[in-house]
Order: sequence, then structure tokens, then C-alpha cells
Amino acid sequence: MSLRLQAHSLACERDDRWLFRGLDLDIRAGEIVRVEGPNGSGKTTLLKILSGQLADYEGELFWDERPMREARDDFLSNLLYMGHAPGVKAALTPLENLTWYQAMAGQPQDEASRYAALDDVGLAGFEDLPAGQLSAGQQRRVALARLVLTPRPLWVLDEPFTAIDRDGVAALERRLFDHARRGGCVLVTTHHELTPCAELRRIHLGGGGLDDGN
Amino acid sequence: MTGTEGSVSKEVPVVFHGEPGGGLAVAFWATLKRDLVLLLRRRSEVMNPLVFFAIVITLFPIGISPDPQLLTAIAPGLLWVAALLAALLSLDSLFRADYDDGSLEQLLLTPQPLAVLALAKVAVHWLLTGLPLALMAPLLGVMLALPAGSYGVLAVSLALGSASLSLIGAIGAALTVGLSRGGVLLSLLVLPLYIPVLIFGAGAVQAAIFGDGVMAHLAILGALLALALILAPLAIAASLRISING
Repeated sequence: MSLRLQAHSLACERDDRWLFRGLDLDIRAGEIVRVEGPNGSGKTTLLKILSGQLADYEGELFWDERPMREARDDFLSNLLYMGHAPGVKAALTPLENLTWYQAMAGQPQDEASRYAALDDVGLAGFEDLPAGQLSAGQQRRVALARLVLTPRPLWVLDEPFTAIDRDGVAALERRLFDHARRGGCVLVTTHHELTPCAELRRIHLGGGGLDDGN
Repeated sequence: MTGTEGSVSKEVPVVFHGEPGGGLAVAFWATLKRDLVLLLRRRSEVMNPLVFFAIVITLFPIGISPDPQLLTAIAPGLLWVAALLAALLSLDSLFRADYDDGSLEQLLLTPQPLAVLALAKVAVHWLLTGLPLALMAPLLGVMLALPAGSYGVLAVSLALGSASLSLIGAIGAALTVGLSRGGVLLSLLVLPLYIPVLIFGAGAVQAAIFGDGVMAHLAILGALLALALILAPLAIAASLRISING
């Protein structure tokens, strides 16, 4: 089994205009793929299609050289997706939030690893406060703790840098590059400039049928 | 902020996961427990349907007549309709919070079967809405001069029936979760499906008052529940996928 996500002539239409058309992708282990483009150019839509959430597209998706329909279960057990909304319950503590994610990932319940993951994203001492009382950046960090807690090879991250402070951004960037170097794969949208390096590839959206400056 | 942040380089290389195996029971219980904790921390949401039920039943003797004979005649239907509306009232929020904070996408992206996880959410809804309504109903039956012999049947019929109501209602809630004002649409979608449950539920209590056999009614309620238990989770899962796709 190898980590390989492919898309053939992917196209998506929204409100009578093409977000993208004829998009070919081949994403392999050890790569960071940054999807860029102006607001409304379909970055989030592309990530949702590639993570198997949207069925409203044309073209073919392959995981591990098998069509996505057949390989879906296998794909999902290798995927870590983080959307615009962090998926953190405000009424639960960070520790309880991670308990649910750990169970969803099919991992054995292990409190020490949850503490370690929260410590790793700089939330030591905030484990037992309701997440609703934390700042927006800290809530985002609770979601980011999943990167540490539930190891998955393919990360699909939609604007993970939102509301994170400067030190946190640097740490997260290190985490992404480190993941790629260890044989993982990262698909990310962000307006933050990532440090250029060998692993980084870019996909630019926003050409297909869009008016200038729109 | 601690100094350990971002210390990732010492970890083992990325490993691949095969086809998902077990873990379904763990995921089911974790979802059940999470939703129970969440709802118990927002008590007002749990109390709303119960308070609504109590107020409606309290107002009827005042509004119609305190005549026990009249009240006994309408009590089964009244209790059942009020309980049904109370359960309907709480349905809209079943998937709403998850949709808003992004947990619903995460639920859809777990390798576990979505139908089973949705069933966990519905089970929590029944435990904190249907079951309390069923336990409360005999108490309110006293106010409607319900004969003492029918309390048990009332509670059992409501417990069985409300489980079907939660399951059927969740399909509607899943279909309307993507809409900003899905409340009215939700009622229109699920009320026709609620009618069989209402007929046999109220029928069971009526039969108990007249001293007829109640088992036939309860058996049909049980059969409806069995059917809903098998089919509704699949329909909920499909509806959630449609809503998220929108």
C-alpha cells in the first residue's frame, strides 16, 4: 500500500461558473501541496472533494491507484481532515473533545496521550476548562492537537493557521514539514506564506471562468 | 505557552492503516457519552420539551372543563398529541450544533458506519426527551382524571412510541440541518410519518381505559419501533450526506 491520491480531469461548477476544470493532480508521500487562490476560487470546495465529502463534481478520484468509491473506507482510515470550523465542542473541555476524536479514530482510550497532545500544542494547564472559555486561537489548537493524537498519513487542512499566534504558526509549519519528511502528505489551503522548501508544491485556482479581481 | 510546543521530530515514521476493523462499539459509546454530557450541560434544552408538555396538559382542564368524565374521554389523545409535539419541538437541534461547529463533517469522515453513529445520537435524544416524557405522563394523567389502571400502559406506550418518533424525526432533522430555518419544513416532513404512531399509541391508552386488551396496540407500536430501528439509521445517514453535500 502506498500513499497516493490522484485526480483526473476534475471539474466543479457552482452557480453557473466553473470553479476549476480539467484539474489533474497526483499527490504522493512526502509532499506538501498548498492550494492557493483568491477568496471564492474554490479552495475549500476542492479540499472537500478531495477528502470525499462532496459528490457534486466531474472527473475521477483515485486512492492508492484504486477508484475512490472502492477504496473509500481505506481512504478514510488514512485521512485526517480539518475544516474551516474546528469541530471543537464549546461545552466540552479540550480533554473531552480529544476523547471523542480518539474513539472516532478507532484508537484505544489513553489519557496520557491526550495530555501529551494538548501539551504539544501549547495547551498545558487548559485541559479541564470548557473549550468555550478559551480564545479562538486556543480552540484552533485543540483541533490541531488531533494531528499529534491520531496519527494519519494524509492531512487535509483548510486554513489551519487561522487565529494562531506567531509562535504557533512557526510550530505548525514545522509540524507540516516534519510530517512530509516522515513520509506523510499534507494538503493545505492558507493565506499564510509557507517557507519555500523541496517538499512544497503549489496548485493555483482562480483562472477558470472567474472575472478579474472577483 | 510551554517550551515543548512543536517537538515532533522524535516521533516514529508515518504508518499506514489497513481496512478499518473494530472500534465501532468504542465509537458508538464515545458518541453516546459525548452527547449525553453535552446535553446535561445545557439543561434548558432538556427541560424545554418537558416544561412544554406540562404546561399544555395543565392548561386543558382550565380551558375546557374540570368535568372528570369529559377529561377522561379526551385524555389519551391529549397526552399523546402534547408529548408528540414536545418531542418534535426538540428535534430541530439534534444535528444543528454539530453542523455549526464542524463536528458533523468529522462524524461523516470517520471510517465507522455513519448509520450506527447517528443511532447513538438518536438514542441520546430519546433518553433525554422521550423517556422523561413517558415517565412524566402518568403524573399529568392525574390532572386529566385518567383512571389509575391505565398509567402503566400510558408510560409504556409513550416510551415505545417516542423511540419511533425520535428515529423518524431524526431523518427530517438530518434533511433540514443545512437550512437556516428548517423548523417548519421539518414538521411538515415528519408529521405524516408520526400519525401511525399516534393512532396506536393513543389507541393503547384508550383500550386500557375501556378495559380492552392493550397488547395488540403495544405490539404494533413495538413493530413500528423495530421497523424504524432498522430503516431509520440508514435514512438518517443518507440524509446527512445529502445535507452536507448541499
